[in-house]
Amino acid sequence: MKPMKEFYFYTEGLTVGYHGVPLIKNIEIRLKKGEILTLIGPNGAGKTTILKSIIRQLAPIGGVTWLDGEEIEKLSGNAFSKKVSVVLTDRVRPELMTCEDVVATGRYPYTGRFGLLSGADWELVWEAMDLVHVGDLRERDFTKISDGQKQRVMLARAICQEPDIIVLDEPTSFLDIRYKLEFLSILQRMSRSRNLSVIMSLHELELAGRISDKLLCVKGDKVDRFGTPEEVFTPGYISELYGMTVGSYDEATGNLELEAVKKDPEIFVIAGNGTGTALFRKLQREGISFAAGILWENDLDCPAASALAFEVVVEKAFSPITQEKVERAKKLIDACGSVICTPDLDGAGEWAKELRELAAYAGTKGKLKAYSVLT
Amino acid sequence: MKNKRYMLSYFILASLVLLFLALNLCAGSVAVPLREIPGILLGREADEVFRDIIMTIRFPRALAAAILGGGLALSGYLLQTFFHNPIAGPFTLGISSGAKLVVALVMVFALGRSIHVSALLMIAAAFAGAMISMGFVLLMSRVMDNMSMLIVSGVMISYICSAVTDFIVTFADDSNIVNLHNWSKGSFSGITWENVALMAAVIFLTSFFVFLMSKPISAYQMGEAYAKNMGVNIQLFRTLLVLLSSVLSACVTAFAGPVSFVGIAVPHLVKSLLRTTKPLLMIPGCFLGGAVFCLLCDLLARVLLAPTELSISTVTAVFGAPIVILIMVRKKKEKAG
Repeated sequence: MKPMKEFYFYTEGLTVGYHGVPLIKNIEIRLKKGEILTLIGPNGAGKTTILKSIIRQLAPIGGVTWLDGEEIEKLSGNAFSKKVSVVLTDRVRPELMTCEDVVATGRYPYTGRFGLLSGADWELVWEAMDLVHVGDLRERDFTKISDGQKQRVMLARAICQEPDIIVLDEPTSFLDIRYKLEFLSILQRMSRSRNLSVIMSLHELELAGRISDKLLCVKGDKVDRFGTPEEVFTPGYISELYGMTVGSYDEATGNLELEAVKKDPEIFVIAGNGTGTALFRKLQREGISFAAGILWENDLDCPAASALAFEVVVEKAFSPITQEKVERAKKLIDACGSVICTPDLDGAGEWAKELRELAAYAGTKGKLKAYSVLT
Repeated sequence: MKNKRYMLSYFILASLVLLFLALNLCAGSVAVPLREIPGILLGREADEVFRDIIMTIRFPRALAAAILGGGLALSGYLLQTFFHNPIAGPFTLGISSGAKLVVALVMVFALGRSIHVSALLMIAAAFAGAMISMGFVLLMSRVMDNMSMLIVSGVMISYICSAVTDFIVTFADDSNIVNLHNWSKGSFSGITWENVALMAAVIFLTSFFVFLMSKPISAYQMGEAYAKNMGVNIQLFRTLLVLLSSVLSACVTAFAGPVSFVGIAVPHLVKSLLRTTKPLLMIPGCFLGGAVFCLLCDLLARVLLAPTELSISTVTAVFGAPIVILIMVRKKKEKAG
């Protein structure tokens, strides 16, 4: 097989599994230097198995993994560790080790017989710690810091190993939202400034879609899709990949909604410009079915309404509201017990006149209720 | 700051080795004044009785206690590293008892046929026994991922081996059986200069190899997966660790029988003293610590109820067992906190 020059890291027909039993077959990964690849897929789909196989923790059942023009299985342990570093889910409980000591283990492949670090090695250790904002933890006992801090210390460790690729298995799982964003931002910065490639698995789809150059979707016994987030996140794909039976995920916005209430609608919501979303969710929590309209396809309220409402009257984006949609909305108003109008229509422009018409129609029927989400 | 601590610790340990070495030479059923000691050791003129006691009995015995103690502590440290378990040791894992069993078998067989058993053969027999126990423990560790269960199974192996040894010793019909009986309880008595030379060769050489392995050991402390990513050949490393720790505890068992708790207590004490787990510092520390611990225990074993001698394990258990309990309580607290 001839190496593919344009890719720094790639696999050919890689088949992975345990004890000779293939779990996922024919994995084809293509990655250039400085790119970020994220593995997504349901729990137990084999993301960790793939990661373990490409960092040589698990012998592949078939196929070849190429790194910088060489087969990884043929590299010496030391040569491989100078190219690839890892952040794993294994809980590390080193005894009596400061954070600095833990980070320093990243210099292992570069030290001599007794593993003593030179001054230059220590500089790299401290630089890596500053880079991930744990510079002030140098002397702290590793077992006594928070999970978020530990994860960043482990990243500093991986960074000071000076790899070309960092492989991370669910690095954000134990982090709160602030640290998740910080952690991924550091990775993104590293990939840009040092031309570092990143391969990781993530559970947070919205973040995976934002940070990744490439996504690898693992499903059952195969790689279902491999490509850019735009190629992968087609409408309805995530529900299919994860076998979602309740709730919904909007691929375009990353909007996640719980299961819609499946009853005849009691309330019609005249929404728009994002004013209705909070109300839609409140109604869902209270188990009240509703209809909504008239929303343009590109309205902020549209994703939540489509996911939660019994029916949404939708108008094409950038188009005036047609009479047909108004009639449909009026029919729904007739069917509902009450109508709530969330946007301020009086102050709205010319194109809102059909909405004003709906509100007036509801008013004459005595169904228009005043409502504020805050009460 | 840290370096000062390390220097001070080593200084303390080395001083204690010398202190207890001296005490071991002086104390006993016949007290030898301390001022006589340098003269005797340097071969100057001295009281013949004193010279005889020191040079043929006490000095080789004290050296043996120091060397074997060091080897035992190191063996314990390696096993704790290997199993990531603070209370793993040659005694708790049944390795000492396995060695004891095979040595007893060989001795009884040889004594029955009046064959002389060389010290080297004893070591070989002990090593075979240690490897059998070790193999069993490794098998168990595959089945059980629970570390305390592993220790329990080790202790059970230990009991079985001891029971079989007692059985053999009881029914072996020979006048030399008294010796065998003492040995099977653990004792530093009856050590000759040839023994000392042999054990020094084996233990120092093995310890040197262990010291050379301090780099991969430090990687292994981060867990197997990370060690692998640092470029450690895990398979080879684990094999070497098993072999080296078995050689150390086998050598000790061959000469002194099973000695309990040193392998657990000493690494723990040395770790608390140095406040680090870096193998480069821990390995020499454990060796010195083991020497101090065994010199002290042997001293007590000889003088507490003189002229009756206590078995060495009796004394080491008195000091060692509370430390093991302390470790477990501390672990529990750490988990809770």
